[in-house]
Parts: sequence; structure tokens; C-alpha cells
Amino acid sequence: MNIVAPADPELSSDDRFAGERLKLSPFHPRQAELNIRDAWSAWNGYKFADYYYEATYEYFCIRNTCGTYDICPMQKFLVEGEDALAMLDRMVTRDLTKLRVNRITYCCWCDDTGRMIDDGTIFRLDDNRYMLTCGSPCLAWLAKSALGFDKVTITEHTEQLAGLSLQGPTSFSTLKNMGVGDAVAELKPFGFTRVPFVGTELMISRTGFTGDLGYELWIDAEYALPLWDALYEAGEDYGIQPYGEAATNMARLEAGFIMPYMEFNEAPKTINFEHDQTPLELNLGWLVDFKKPHFNGRRALLEQKQKGTKQLLVKLDIEGNKPAEEAILYDSKGCRNQIGYVTSAMWSPSVKANIALAMIDTKALTGEIWAEIYHYKELRPYRKVAKCKVQDKPFWMPPRARQTPPGEF
Amino acid sequence: MKHYDTLVIGAGHNGLVCASYLAKAGQSVLVLEANETVGGLAATREFHPGFSAPIAHTLVGLADTIVKDLDLESHGFKAAAQALPLTAVHPSDAPIQIDGSSVTGVGADDSATYQALQAQLRRFADALAPFWESTMPRIGSTSVADLFTFGKLGLKLRMLGRDDMLEFMRVATLPMRDLADESFDNERLKAALCWDGLLGSKLAPRSPNQAVLTVLNRMAGKHGGQHSIPPNGINGLMNALRTAAEANGAEVRTSTPVQKITVEGDENGQRISGVQLANGEEIKADKVVSSADPKTTLLGLLGAPQLEIDFSNRIRRLRTDGYVAKLHLALSGKPAFQGVANPEGRLLIAPTMDTIEFAYDNAKYGEVPEEAVMEVVIPTLSQNDLAPTGSHVLSAHVMYVPGKIKGGWTDAAKQSLTDQLIAQLEAHAPGIGELVEASELLTPEDLERDYHVSGGHWHHAEPAMDQLLMMRPTYEAAQYNTPIPGLYLCGAGSHPGGDINGNPGRNAAKEMLS
Repeated sequence: MNIVAPADPELSSDDRFAGERLKLSPFHPRQAELNIRDAWSAWNGYKFADYYYEATYEYFCIRNTCGTYDICPMQKFLVEGEDALAMLDRMVTRDLTKLRVNRITYCCWCDDTGRMIDDGTIFRLDDNRYMLTCGSPCLAWLAKSALGFDKVTITEHTEQLAGLSLQGPTSFSTLKNMGVGDAVAELKPFGFTRVPFVGTELMISRTGFTGDLGYELWIDAEYALPLWDALYEAGEDYGIQPYGEAATNMARLEAGFIMPYMEFNEAPKTINFEHDQTPLELNLGWLVDFKKPHFNGRRALLEQKQKGTKQLLVKLDIEGNKPAEEAILYDSKGCRNQIGYVTSAMWSPSVKANIALAMIDTKALTGEIWAEIYHYKELRPYRKVAKCKVQDKPFWMPPRARQTPPGEF
Repeated sequence: MKHYDTLVIGAGHNGLVCASYLAKAGQSVLVLEANETVGGLAATREFHPGFSAPIAHTLVGLADTIVKDLDLESHGFKAAAQALPLTAVHPSDAPIQIDGSSVTGVGADDSATYQALQAQLRRFADALAPFWESTMPRIGSTSVADLFTFGKLGLKLRMLGRDDMLEFMRVATLPMRDLADESFDNERLKAALCWDGLLGSKLAPRSPNQAVLTVLNRMAGKHGGQHSIPPNGINGLMNALRTAAEANGAEVRTSTPVQKITVEGDENGQRISGVQLANGEEIKADKVVSSADPKTTLLGLLGAPQLEIDFSNRIRRLRTDGYVAKLHLALSGKPAFQGVANPEGRLLIAPTMDTIEFAYDNAKYGEVPEEAVMEVVIPTLSQNDLAPTGSHVLSAHVMYVPGKIKGGWTDAAKQSLTDQLIAQLEAHAPGIGELVEASELLTPEDLERDYHVSGGHWHHAEPAMDQLLMMRPTYEAAQYNTPIPGLYLCGAGSHPGGDINGNPGRNAAKEMLS
């Protein structure tokens, strides 16, 4: 195995905090102009927008026009060589042998005890060439996973490859207006294609984290700004607008997607026993393919499957309109027996419902579920106990998200 | 093609012991040995025409249970009638000699203290004895059997009585140097005490770890921790083990290196299917038990991809640096050591604890020790088939010699160390240089290559607290089974570890049959 890690930041005599300062995304010059509230936080060491103007406004752009979300801080790894497939297939719980070239799969990977380390997507770029993307640094785990696979090279290219997510109903129209409509029109969800662009190659995947029609655009970092400019010019009449972390969090919750540090902890980072989760507990059993004779965590997950999980992540439709953030769940309105807790919650403007993701004792799923909600009105706290209903389907799953060719809104 | 119940990889003593127990219980067993002869590091090696020696030149801690269970005496093994003394020699001073619990050549105080210390260590050793022959409990397990083993250990220690129990807790992980310093005045006696705890490990007198436990482990067998050479040699024991295994129905194939352990998998998961030999032949079996070291077995023969990620990386991280080189000299006559009437037994060249410590310091940084420390045996004094009549063999364990040195083990580097060692011997046995007809120096790198053992480590994995007991070689493989169904470990890398005690082989067979 051969592991290629990014170079350490250079020490500078001019700046004693060099290496500690937040990195700037290749899209930063344009995003900084548009971040009129200077609402920055950080993701994987990058300066990252919480929101640009106002989170709800940006959320409505995702749902009604289109928006861009900077995914440069996402961790990106090239996994190449004759052993690349075998190495990745042993690491993740899904059967990667079924993944065809130019297709992408959503998957997760676990430690030996079946506790989830992270989730992400794997692109099959070519026969022996894959790209893995995920939310948190992963090179150390990839290096450990590659032990014993001689013919595999793993290269981190987070900094070299710029990524921009374009999500929302007018995203296809925007791309068409940019001149790549033909290439993208036949692209199905979880497919990707490559088109020539300003003398380089632009990779477009039909993926995203919003549950809506949308794409992710991948290009060498040095071409990031020409891409941005072309996209914003093409999207001007289609309501293109950058959106930040806050709007993403709303959209992904409506789509029922899990978020690290909300629904799950990365297993290597937890200290308390089983304060991390297995994919089965996260209701991601469909990602775990027990037909595979071997993958990391298989024995532990099989044992858990046979015994049944003690807890399960479910979608809740909660009465009323007060978001059940951080609410504790009980089996009766009297709130005596605790049966779970809410991991994410919001009032969904699109669905017009009070929605949440929650971890609940599997045994309690057959009974009543009540959320104890605290909400504030002009500094004064109020307590409310609201009835919850488990919902199986994602809250937000419009047909346009999967329609191919996509609609031209 | 024949389908075996169990294939045993490696015909070292543990492989043969394991095979014997399995065959005795009615299993069809085939033992596969890469080298031409059985015995592994205990096999006799001809290093010069007519001159031979085994790497392991004495026997210590061989489990009596195994000798009885396998009826080794009827298969040609005969224990030495007497144990060998340890003589700490000196170029100018009179030697001191340790024989059992008595020591001569030191002051009356040291002599008395030595007896008392030996008696106390004997009591500790007796309390621990059952645990070398037991499977260690699983960490975190609440099974009755595992809790019982824990309970028994607690009870045994408690039954030592309050004072002994507290003293045991105090000294169990004490650096050998502290135990020696607080007990004795004589420097060479202190060094000798250290030597017997440190031999074969990557530890020095000042290292806090398990050296005292190693002493206690070695005290478990016949002769109570004293080394011995059976009348027909170490090799005689290996041949007896082979004969016993075959008499019990096991087949033994030598010169048959295993290329890989084969695995089959379907929707029910993975399981061992047998082995593939270096010549391409495949042999099927329900189970495979390996007496090779854990790294060789799990990463080399099986392969990390078949294992889980954290587990395989724990095996990768096992500490397996061998620090003992082996010197063989073909001598035209019997050497005379200063002050020693008859050089029988083990002769120790380690004048002070600091000499040992400094040799270790050199080795740590990839250097050859400026002044080596060594244990010398003239095996031809106990066994007459190792050299032509009138000639002798000198066999020495030389510590601390790392497997990797700066610049690498070139022929010149090896010759330079050989010359240095002969010069050191000359100081203790004037004229020995004249007797040398041929020499062989085996560094840990050579032992790794010739005996297929990671790092050339005698004990397959450093016997230290992080790799002992329920952590040997690592958790999830410390009960002789491995995460992959059908694959077992029975070598020195498993509890209770190294030397020629045979317990890993016996304990593994017990687990496989249970």
C-alpha cells in the first residue's frame, strides 16, 4: 500500500499562527463577497459559512430555485490500483462489487465492533480507480484499512479538488444554460459524467444532501473561480444563491439524512461505552450487506441483527408547531418512563409539519411516544408535551428529485 | 484427497505437543514443517562439518504434565538427572556459582538472603503454576469459566498469606535491578539474578515490566527454574515429541512450507478451509492451528484482508524485536575458563548490572554492544554426538544484539562482532582463540530468516505486560482461537509464552477439543 498524505503546513516567521489559521476554500473570494453577515464558522479547518444572509431565505432557495453549497472542506480520497476494490469492499458494509464505472454509492464504514466511523460516497472513476468522499478526516483509517493490500495507492486530494453542490429545482436549468445540459440531461441519481470546461474537465454528479433535484460539481481547485462565475452567470435568472450550513441542516432533515454529531458520533471519537451507533441502530440496515462473507464489523453487526437493536433511529411527526429540539421522549403524557431522545428537529416550512429524527428504544416503538418540549416566548420558557407519530417515508421526497431527464423549472 | 480434522503449522515443540494432544483425542492431524527437521529453534543445526548445536541450548520450565500426558519417556525423552549450575565467571576473580537455592563465592549475607529469596519466589511460583496451564479469561467476559479462572487466581494469591501476597504484588512488575539491589551486595550475583529474568526479552535490569513473572514462569517446570540438558540433548526431546505425535496417529511432513492459510466465504461468513503449500498443493481441513508466531500466521499466511481492521493493526503493532544473537564455535579442544574446574552448566559473562544495561542501551539505538553480555554452554560436555571426539562446541546466547543495526548486518559487521566476542571469551578462557576451528554468528535477522519467526524473537512476541496473559498476543486472540472461525494459535506468542515449556501447545489443544 502507498499512502499519500497532504504536506504539513509550512512554518512561517511572519505569522506565528500559520498552520492554525482557517484555510480558505478556492471559492472563498466569491463567497466572501456574498457573505454580507460575515457569518463564518469552520469545517475541517476551512472557513465556512453558517449562512450568507439569512438561513430561512437560503433554505427557500434550495426548495424553490437553486443554491450552491461549498463542499471543498469535504474530505476526498483517490483509491487506486488492482487492490482498490477489494480494500474498499472489505472496509464498507455495502457490496461495492456491484458498483459500475461512472456510478456512485452511498455507504458507511464501521470499526471492528460494528460501530459507525463515518458515512460517505464512493465514486467508481474507472476499473481500478475510486474516489471516496466523507465529512471528516479519514486518511488514518484508510491507511489502517489498507494493511495487507499491496497494490493500492490512497491519495488525499481534498485541497486539489474543489467541489460545489448545486441543489434545487432550477439546478438543471442552470446547468443547461451554462451549456452542459446535454451531458447532464440523461444523468440518473448517483450517476456522474465529465464534460470539457474552460480547457479542463468538469465532473458533474447527480448527488446532494437536500433530497431535491441537484448536482455536485467537481473541478481542479485552480479552475474553481471560472466555474463559479459561469454558474452564477447562467443561474442569474434561475434564482441562484449561496447557502450555508444552517440551510443545509434544514434541507437534510426534511430529506431524513443523518448528520455527524447530531444523529451519530464517529466511533473512534467516543469515550463512553456505546455512545456511538451502529448502522442498524441508525436505520441504515439497507446499507449492510450480510451476503458479503467479510467486511469490517460484520460479526458484531450480525450478532446485533440477530438479537435486534436496543435502539432505533426513527422519523417523527410531532403535533403542534414547537420544534422538539433536544427533547426527551416518554411512553406516556405523564413523562415517567424515558424511551428516547430527539437528535434533530424543526418546523418544516415545505412539509408544513413539526418533524424530528429521534433515537428510541426499539421495544417502545409499539407504544405511545410523547416529546417533552421546552420552547421560549420572549425569554419566558414554556413546557409542552406533544404526541409523536413514527413516519417511515422521508418527510420530503418530491418526484422531481429522481425524474430523468429532469424538469426544466 | 484426504480431508484432515486439523492441520498444524510448524513442528516446533508447541506444534508437536498440540498435534499429539489432538491426535490422542482421535483427530486426524497433519503437521507441516517448513524446515528439514522438526524442533524449530530447538532443532540441532550443523554449523560446521561435524559440529552441531541447537539454538535453544538448555531446557527450562518444560511442563511435567506434558511429559506425563504424552508419555514422552517411552518415546525416548529422558530428563536430566541433575540441573545445571549457573557460574558467573570473571577474568581475574573467583567465579560465583548458583546451584538451586544455594550460591557459593559470595558473602555469608548474600548467601543467606539468596536462600530466603529463592524460597519466597518458589512459593510465588507454586501459586502461579496452575495459570501457565490454563486458558486466560476473556477481557470483559462474564462467563462462569472465565470468572472462575479470575477467582482462582485471586484465591491462590490470597492463600499465600497476607505478607507474601503483598510482597508478590510489590515485586511482580519491579525492575530486576531493584529486586537485586535491595537484596544483595555482590555485583555478579545481582547481574546473574537479572540475567535469568531478562534472557530472551527486550528488557534490561532497569526496565519495569514482567521480568519477575518470567522468572516465576521458568520456575514452574522440573528443576524449579534451573536449566538442564537432557542426556540425549534438546534434540532428543524434539524427536521424542515427534515420535509421540506419530504414535498418537498424527502425520508429520518436513520440508513442506505452507504458502498460505486458505479461507472460504459465503453469506454465512468466512471460515478456514485448509492451507496451500509453497509447491501449490492444497490440503483441506476443518481447523488449522499455527505454532508460527502471530504476525507470520495472521499477516503472512492468512493476510490482513481476511481479518478486521483494528485487529490486524494490533497484530502489526506486536512487539517482536529479537535481541539475542547466537554464537557457535567449533573448538578443537576443551576450553578452560578462569577459576572454573569443569565448565559444565551455564557460564555467565555479565560482570555487573550496568554492563547489561549499557549493552541494551547500545542495542536500542541500532548499535552492537561495546561490551556484550552472554551465556555460554559447552553442550558437548553433556551430549557426545554434537562434535567429533575430543572436539567441542561452544554455544552462547549473546545479548543485546538487535536485528537491525545501523549500516545493516553486512558480512564485515558480523565478522567484527564475532571477533569481539572471541576476544571477550579469550579474557575469560585464555587460549580459546587458538581452539576455534570455525564460527557461526546468527543475528536475530538470521534467526528470522532460517526459522520463519518474526523479528527472530525467541518468544514470538515480546513477553511484556502489554502482551501477556489475557493480552497474549492481543485480546480477541488470547484464548488460542482467532476472529476467523477454524483458525487457532498454539505457539510461543500465545499464553504462557516462550522457552520450551510446551504449555501454549497443550492449552491450545485443550481449547480446540472443548
